[in-house]
Amino acid sequence: MDTLSVVFQGLIPFFIFFTVIYGFAKGVPVYDSFVSGAKDGIGIIMGIFPYVLAIFIAVKTFEASGAHDVIKKMFSIIAGPFHLPPEIFSVAMVKPFSNAASLGIFTEILKTTGPDSLASLISAVIMGSAETTFYVLAVYLGAVGIKKTKCLVPVCLAADMTGIIIAIILVKLMF
Amino acid sequence: MNTVWLLVICISIVSAAINGRIDAFTKAMFEAGKAAVEVCLYLVGIVSLWLGLTKILEDSGLIYKLSNFFRPAISFLFRKIPEGHPAITSITLNLLANLFGLGNAATPLGIKAMEDLQTLNTETDTITFEMMLFIVINTSSIQLIPFTTIGLLASYGSRNPNAIVLPTLISTLISSATAVGILYLFKKFSRKDR
Repeated sequence: MDTLSVVFQGLIPFFIFFTVIYGFAKGVPVYDSFVSGAKDGIGIIMGIFPYVLAIFIAVKTFEASGAHDVIKKMFSIIAGPFHLPPEIFSVAMVKPFSNAASLGIFTEILKTTGPDSLASLISAVIMGSAETTFYVLAVYLGAVGIKKTKCLVPVCLAADMTGIIIAIILVKLMF
Repeated sequence: MNTVWLLVICISIVSAAINGRIDAFTKAMFEAGKAAVEVCLYLVGIVSLWLGLTKILEDSGLIYKLSNFFRPAISFLFRKIPEGHPAITSITLNLLANLFGLGNAATPLGIKAMEDLQTLNTETDTITFEMMLFIVINTSSIQLIPFTTIGLLASYGSRNPNAIVLPTLISTLISSATAVGILYLFKKFSRKDR
């Protein structure tokens, strides 16, 4: 694990080093090139900002209003017969909206149920296999100003659901 | 997206009213504004950084070699992208970054990929099949090793934090395959409609 994480930590620095040296070797004015590319960054983010804001307002108000707790309770009633720890639904539900929030919940589960509990393991797999779908949608679609998304949102949600269900089944089978 | 947003906001307001947390709702709104600015400021930095670096790659010609190497796989999925189009390269780089769990690097590259795909779009406010495919692959996130999660498990003293690698990989692969499958089904279905 240690050697592996060293390799991964070195990946980005190596990539940057390689890029600069390769560019230099090919006679590219690396500094000018970098600046002219980086110039576009702020424009892109300006375009994305309102979309990110909309998502954040939805997520934050949802958490603050207590709706989150109500839905969690509903899930724990459904989950009872399957012997599933109710904590995992918080992770499964928040992950599509916000990475930071789901990390917070995941850490909380680790603390309260212990790192080797079923709840922790299932949450860990969900954390790794689901993506912050709504955030990605907002940012990517916002970047190019797409408004008509056809079936994209339901398909993404279906993919998330499948991932979460498979995660639960796999962990149940393996541990 | 409109429906989802409307739904979430309405649920929040209603349940805030029921739970007597109207003040918390208002506070959360302003917090959201602040958080959005913070995230975007942070994104400005890394997006610009990656755009600068990829510009060097572009000018040095390396990016074309890279995309040549991966073209067969990408072209197989994204058939409509013409050969040598920059979208192939940006998609490749984004997927690679995702694969290695470099989320910070993946977002700017994904934005670039969307812009490249947009240049192929004839109706600028309507999504193309290629864009849907790209986003779906992205949101079901194929990742080889989930570092953050393993790190957290390990730091709380898990006996074998690496045990989650295999189930994570399997479930992410299955969910990606499902998503791509549904998308292709939809494509066939909507063609029959015409």
